[in-house]
Amino acid sequence: MAISIEDVEHVAKLARIYLTEEEKEMFRKQLSDVLEHARVISEVDTSTVEPTSHAIPLSNVTREDEVRESLTVEEATKNAPWSDGGAFTVPKII
Amino acid sequence: MDFETIIGLEIHAELSTKSKMFCGCSTVFGGEPNTKTCPVCLGHPGTLPVANRKAIEYAILLGLALNCEIAERSIFHRKNYFYPDMPKNYQISQYDIPLSRNGFLEIDMGEYKRRVGIIRVHLEEDTGKSIHVGESGRIHGAERSLEDFNRAGIPLVEIVTEPDLRSPEEARNFMMELRAVLEYLGISDCKMEEGSLRCDANISVGVGGSRGTKVEIKNMNSFRALQRALSFEEKRQRDVLLKGGIVTQETRHWDEAAGITHALRTKEEAFDYRYFPEPDLVPIEPDPPWVEELRRSLPEMPAERLRRFISEYGLPKDIAKVLVYDKKLGNFYEETVRKGENPIEIAKWVAGDLAGLLNEASIDADLSPVRPGGVSELVHLVESGVISGRMAKDVLKEAFESGESPRQIVSRKGLSQIADSNEILAIVKQVIKENPQAVSDYLDGKEQALKYLMGQVMKLTRGKANPKMASEMLVEALKMRE
Ligand SMILES: [Zn+2]
Repeated sequence: MAISIEDVEHVAKLARIYLTEEEKEMFRKQLSDVLEHARVISEVDTSTVEPTSHAIPLSNVTREDEVRESLTVEEATKNAPWSDGGAFTVPKII
Repeated sequence: MDFETIIGLEIHAELSTKSKMFCGCSTVFGGEPNTKTCPVCLGHPGTLPVANRKAIEYAILLGLALNCEIAERSIFHRKNYFYPDMPKNYQISQYDIPLSRNGFLEIDMGEYKRRVGIIRVHLEEDTGKSIHVGESGRIHGAERSLEDFNRAGIPLVEIVTEPDLRSPEEARNFMMELRAVLEYLGISDCKMEEGSLRCDANISVGVGGSRGTKVEIKNMNSFRALQRALSFEEKRQRDVLLKGGIVTQETRHWDEAAGITHALRTKEEAFDYRYFPEPDLVPIEPDPPWVEELRRSLPEMPAERLRRFISEYGLPKDIAKVLVYDKKLGNFYEETVRKGENPIEIAKWVAGDLAGLLNEASIDADLSPVRPGGVSELVHLVESGVISGRMAKDVLKEAFESGESPRQIVSRKGLSQIADSNEILAIVKQVIKENPQAVSDYLDGKEQALKYLMGQVMKLTRGKANPKMASEMLVEALKMRE
């Protein structure tokens, strides 16, 4: 299955990354190859197989509703390149 | 033109668990920014979410209360989007296999009832809060945004209704009913002002049996706002259609101050969330014994309680509604009834004056300064004729403000009304003697004069004469003069 340049542009936009024309062409080819690879799998008859969302047959893994200590504001924002009064600061959104 | 309004709601309610959905951070509202965060809810690489069992149980309880089918197997999905209010760049939500679906909730509109379909109830996590800093203080024109992740990861239920609502009033009624259900289940704080209960709506206006264009309305932060916004939008769409125009499919924002909705500028590709199964969380498989145990723990629902208040206590529906749609007030009422006075009289006081005082002071009924014992005492004082209903209003107000018991107030202020017939008779005779003109007017058939004479009796007793006794005695005494 072939991916178009428009598909690449759409995905890049959703991921908020900006690509040059050369990069668009490169990803178009790479993404097409990935899909082509996955197509092989789709040739297997899975009509009698339940869709798998997890590789391990496990369910209902839960924790009790107990409060545990949170990080301090200093620890929480330590890795942030930009913070202000304890809040993470980001460039304008729109 | 023959218009038909069709409304569907999408509601989010924060669940009142102690800890977040997938980590142990506290869910307490407010606090300094980022004081309730950890590597999990900050989305640090390598961390793993673990689902809060209580949150799952709360969501199942709600599904059961809304008559839904509980899924035998349900999974979480990642909803991917780029917006800084979610540190992971995705929100853990549910997609094609929600925890419960196909339910309904009935609303009572007075003259008719409507059964509103529930498409689904699913679990997800709340997002953080963004504060936009800059000249305008709004998203547009802001220079930067401050992100607080205290709220990020708090468990949320999303409830989606069928487009079964036919008017803004029905939408408001539905929200009131749903809030009451959440309150009775004890699974959410339901505070629209604090954002723990939020509602978006889809509304379309069709003409002559054909469906209209769906418009989504956001930012309605109170029950009143919900009804106002939908009424505005209903009229706006009708006006567009009446002028021969076309309603645009779009998302509109309710501006509470201006009382209007306006279109949001959105990017075309905004709704491509690329959902995929959350690989870090295993499926939830509520087995039948677990679901049955939860079903057995369901408390009395507001609609059932309303029926019971009407049949058991003989209350008029409007009074019963005031008591039932505020769970704490309803509890207060029943506690008062257990003390033994007339349930209908108690209901009038609790749903009337007491509810008014509580509302004015913004106090919940469970923290009322006048306790159920105090209201019972007050009703007893009125029923046994010690004070009049008029006096009781003032006594209740004073008891509410001072915390003193009604009995204490009555005796301290000497408020007991005069129910001694000799004492009242003496005053009646005095009034007749001192007002010959009014007496002869009355005897000439002027009914107004009786009111004047009655006023004189009340004046001489400083309002303390039992009005019923005084008026009977006055009429009797006047008859003897005919
Ligand atoms: Zn956390």
